[in-house]
Formats: sequence, structure tokens, C-alpha cells
Amino acid sequence: MGNLVEIKDVYFNRGERSIYEGVSLVIPRGKITGVLGPSGSGKTTLLRLIGAQLKAHRGEVLFGGQDMAKLGRSALYETRKRMSMLFQSGALFSEMSVFENVAFPLREHTKLPENIIQTIVKMKLESVGLRGAGGMAPSELSGGMARRAALARSIVLDPEMIMYDEPFAGQDPISMGMLVKLIDELNATLGLTSIVVSHDVKEVMSISDHLIVMANKKIVGEGTPQELRENGSELVQQFLTGAPDGPVPFHYQAKPYHADLLGAKP
Amino acid sequence: MTTRTMELMVGVFAAAAIAALLFLALQVANTSDSTRGETYTLVAKFDNVGGLKVRSPVKVGGVLVGRVSAIQLEGDYYEPVVEMQISMRYNRFPETSTASILTSGIIGEQYIGLEPGFIDDFVEILGDGGEIPNTNSAMVLENLIGQFLFSQGEK
Amino acid sequence: MSMFHLLGRNILNNIQGVGQATIMLAQALIGKPQPRKMLPLLIRQLYVVGVQSMLIIIISGLFIGMVLGLQGYTILVDFGAEQALGPMVALSLLRELGPVVTALLFAGRAGSALTAEIGLMRATEQLSSLEMMAVDPLRRVIAPRFWAGVISMPLLALMFNAVGIYGGFMVGVEWLGVDDGAFWSVMQSSVHWQDDVMNGVIKSLVFAVVVTWIALFKGYTATPTSPGISAATTQTVVYSSLAVLGLDFVLTAIMFG
Repeated sequence: MGNLVEIKDVYFNRGERSIYEGVSLVIPRGKITGVLGPSGSGKTTLLRLIGAQLKAHRGEVLFGGQDMAKLGRSALYETRKRMSMLFQSGALFSEMSVFENVAFPLREHTKLPENIIQTIVKMKLESVGLRGAGGMAPSELSGGMARRAALARSIVLDPEMIMYDEPFAGQDPISMGMLVKLIDELNATLGLTSIVVSHDVKEVMSISDHLIVMANKKIVGEGTPQELRENGSELVQQFLTGAPDGPVPFHYQAKPYHADLLGAKP
Repeated sequence: MTTRTMELMVGVFAAAAIAALLFLALQVANTSDSTRGETYTLVAKFDNVGGLKVRSPVKVGGVLVGRVSAIQLEGDYYEPVVEMQISMRYNRFPETSTASILTSGIIGEQYIGLEPGFIDDFVEILGDGGEIPNTNSAMVLENLIGQFLFSQGEK
Repeated sequence: MSMFHLLGRNILNNIQGVGQATIMLAQALIGKPQPRKMLPLLIRQLYVVGVQSMLIIIISGLFIGMVLGLQGYTILVDFGAEQALGPMVALSLLRELGPVVTALLFAGRAGSALTAEIGLMRATEQLSSLEMMAVDPLRRVIAPRFWAGVISMPLLALMFNAVGIYGGFMVGVEWLGVDDGAFWSVMQSSVHWQDDVMNGVIKSLVFAVVVTWIALFKGYTATPTSPGISAATTQTVVYSSLAVLGLDFVLTAIMFG
């Protein structure tokens, strides 16, 4: 099957702050890859690097063998049509109905006649269970429904790869369950490659074929869910079990407590 | 808001703007001015143009026939020369005509009053660029007062 | 850090901002025109930016014209020159108040809304999402809004002028008894189409470009948080008002100086 995305020794800074120091990883084709890591470890940045919304300062980001950073504008836009991204907030266009949101990529990138567009949109809405909500405005949807509608929009052009940015964050257990099921099913039925970025360990472990754990600007663990559970790294274990203290310290970096309290001069 | 209503409202918007433009064109500004359309040039030399300005009106018996288009000093003695654009509708001023610089009201603006002269077989009609030989300059208040005082002193 | 340090950094930041804004506008506007795709977007934005500002412009224009009529009359009547009320009202509106007040109201009404809308689109990742769908947000979101602003403002200024002159007429002629014929004829003899009406429209066009540009840029570069968007909205109104008043002086000096 091979790898759809390869990231080789990437360094990335945001302003003065370094986010990545030498990250290398692969996303295997046709599988669900989960990317786990504590908040602020640059998981979303990874997705933006793959979509070439951000450019690495060193290293290569390859999608299907092409270096995304070296593509010209039109080639980049052509390549982006092969992938899609589900944003944390859903990012539905607020001035259009749900139906029009899903139809948007079709209207923008194809010259299909209206009746075919109608059919495709209805099919995609059906697959996320929202065929009845086509006429609603995005503001009328619940968080989980908005994410499902956005999912319908992101699969409407039949991409090769979907990147999910925190799909489970802030969802109640029912919509979380629905999303887990949808991601799993879509990947299987459409033959997609999926990247799920999240810190919801249980859900991601349950659907991923391949897992990557990021922390401290690096990859700290990689492998199947089973391999990770047996991983010897304390950092990985702390993250998987959710222990409050460990290699990722409970206390933010500070002067010694004693000195701070007694010798304190403002 | 359907697309149709939106298009309709934008249409109303454009129509309102056009109506405003027409109102400004027809009612407010002087586009229907007699100096619009075809004009020809007359010139006149004055000793003093007073407060006359470019775009000051040129009138015959109070009726607007043209506007001043340029004022400059010419010749060895720096005489003020006024150039006027006169509407082609009034193209039969004889060379015996008189141009005077007059004032509308006491503090009003200054304008050129043209007075058509007599016409007989020997008098030519002024063409484009023709000069009006008879002119009365602007009255300058200081000079008037000076003359008045001088004549009082003589008695 | 010394005062000069701060000053220097500030100036550099501002110059950088102008550069960024220029690049943003250039990327939004330069490119193959796609009238079939752009026209519906433009009409939508004309509705939002133009039609929805119409009411406030017309009402303000009417009141300002009425105030001009009243104030002008009380001043002119002392000189026995109340016939000059027409040109006074018309010229103040056409040359100055029409373009300037329209631009200020537009900045408050439409400019701030544009900034907030685009800032919110950034905060909710709609702009990123467009990029990932291989749609250029600059051409899709910024360009139609820019053109709508540039088209709307001169049209709004024309309406403002017309309504304002009518307001002056109502107060001067209908209420205070200036002669009807004199009001219009003296106005006509002193208002010049090219110098007064058209120069006013040109002013308004310049203000339209500046205000819309500032509003779009502030929205596009807003920090995607609630305080960030509210700060950007405030900046839009402040910067565009200052820019309008400053530019007005420059333009007046060039046109009428």
C-alpha cells in the first residue's frame, strides 16, 4: 500500500517559539492514523503543514511523493482537492444553509448540472445522517451536527485523505460515539486515508490502525495501539493512562517553591 | 433573504443613486448652462478688472450669454486682457459693442455686461477671437473716493 | 527601551502593515476575472454593504441639509444675502460634507461590520477551510467585498447630497421663506458640474477605497479571539475616520486650493 504522507526531519518555529525539532513520520495509505499528544504539542500544526497552509523551516513534507512546500500556487490548489480537512469548529460557512455548504465544493470545482449536485449532496448528507437538516442554517445546528455536516462537506469531492482536527473535543458521549462510527465507516467504505488528531485517547485508540504520540516537539512513540500500550516510554504511558504527574510535570516551570514564598521580592 | 429579493433591493439601490445623480445634474448644477455646447471666444482689454474671476458670468441685459475663461496681462504695458466664451446662439455682436465690468448689488459678484452696438454697412460682426474695443473698467472704490475728494478740494 | 526605540519600532510596524495590506489587496484583485462566479457574490455584498447602509445615509443627509439650511439662513440674513442659501447648502454638501460624512458613517456602519465578519470567519476557521478546499479566500471573500464597498460609497454619497440639498430647501424655502426661484437659480449659477459635483464623487471614490481596504485588512489580520476582533473593529473605525479626514484635506488642497 505504501505511505501517502511522509514527513522527514521537519523543524518549525512559530515566532521565537520552536514547535518541532526534527519530526519524521509516515501516514500509511488506506488506514486511520491517530496523532495523540498533550494540548499545545503542535498536533494541529502537523495538519496545517501537510495542507501547506504553513511551511516548515527545514525538512520535507511529502504528499503522494510531492514536496508540498515546493508546489506552485495552482499545483498546490490541485493537490489540495485530493485532501480535505475537518476543522475543530466545523468551519461551516455561516451565510449558507447546510445543503449549500455541502454543495459548495461541487459548485466551486465542478461544472456538474444542478440535478446531479442535488443528488450527490443528498447522498453525502444521508451518509452522515443529516439529510433532513439540509435547509437549516449552521447556527441552528448543535456542535455534533455541525461537525457531521462539515464531514459531509469534506467528503463531497471524494478526496483521498481526510484530516480530522480534534473531532471529539467538547462532544457529548452520544455524538462522540456517532463521530467515531462515522470516521471508521467512511474510511472503510470510501477507501480513504484518515489522520485523526486528538487527545481523547480511548476513542482514538479504538479506531486507529496506526498511532503517533507527540510531545516536547518530537515524536515520542509510534506503532499499533497494542505496540503503544507496551511502549516503555514513561511519557507515552503517562499520556495513555492520564497520570497527573510524570515526565510532563504537574507544575509549570517556576523558581523553587520555598525560595519563591520566603525570599519573594516583587 | 432569497437571491431574488436581494437582487431587487440592489436594483432599488442603483435606481436611487441614479435618481440622485439626475437631481444633481438637472436641478442643482448648471449643466444646461449657455456656456455649455458650442462657444466662441471674444476678448476685451480693460484698465482694471477689479474682482472679476475666471468663470464670472457674461450678461447682456441681465441674461447670461457666456463666461470668462481667462484673465491675463498682455503687451508691453501689462494691460489686463479678459477672454470670454460666448454661446454660439449669440454670435452677432458688432464691433461697436461695449463691455463693462459691473457688480450685482453692493457686495455681489462682478460680471461683464455686454451692450450690443449699432449695426450699419461699415460695421463688422465680431468673429471667433474678435476684440471688443470699447470697454469700461471696474470701478474701484478707493479711486472713486479719491476723485470725489479731489473734486471737493478744487471748489 | 527608549522613546526613540519605541517610535522607530512603531514606524517600522506601520510600514510593514501598509506593505502587507498592499499585498493582500493585490492578491485579491489581480488575476483572471471570473464574472460568472463573481457577480452573484458581488450582488450579495452590494446588498449587505450598500443597501443596508442606505437608510442611515438618507436620514443623516436629510438632517444635515436641514441644519445647514437653518444655520446658513441665520448667518446670511444678517447681510441680506439669504438668496445665497442655495449655493451655500449645495456647495458645502457637494464638496465636503457629502463625501466626508458618508465615508465616516460608512466606516461605522459597513466598515466595522466587514471587519467583524471577516475576523469571525478567521476565528471560526472558515478562511482556512476555504484554503483547504482549494478556494482562495482572498479572491472569494475579500475581492467581492472590496468592489462592493468601492461601488457603494460614491452612490451613497450622491444620495446623501441629493437628500441633503432637499433638506436645505425644505428648511430654507418652505419654512423660512427664502424665494423658491432664487434658491434654485442662484444655486444653479454657482454650482459647477465638473468642479463641484464630479470632484465630490472623486473624493468619495478615494474614501471608498481607503475605508473598505482598511476594514478588510483589519478583519483579515485580526487576532482570532473575541478581544482581538473587537479591537480590530475599533481600529477600523478609528483608522478609517482619521484617514478620511486627513485625505480630505489633501484632496481639497489639490482640487480647490
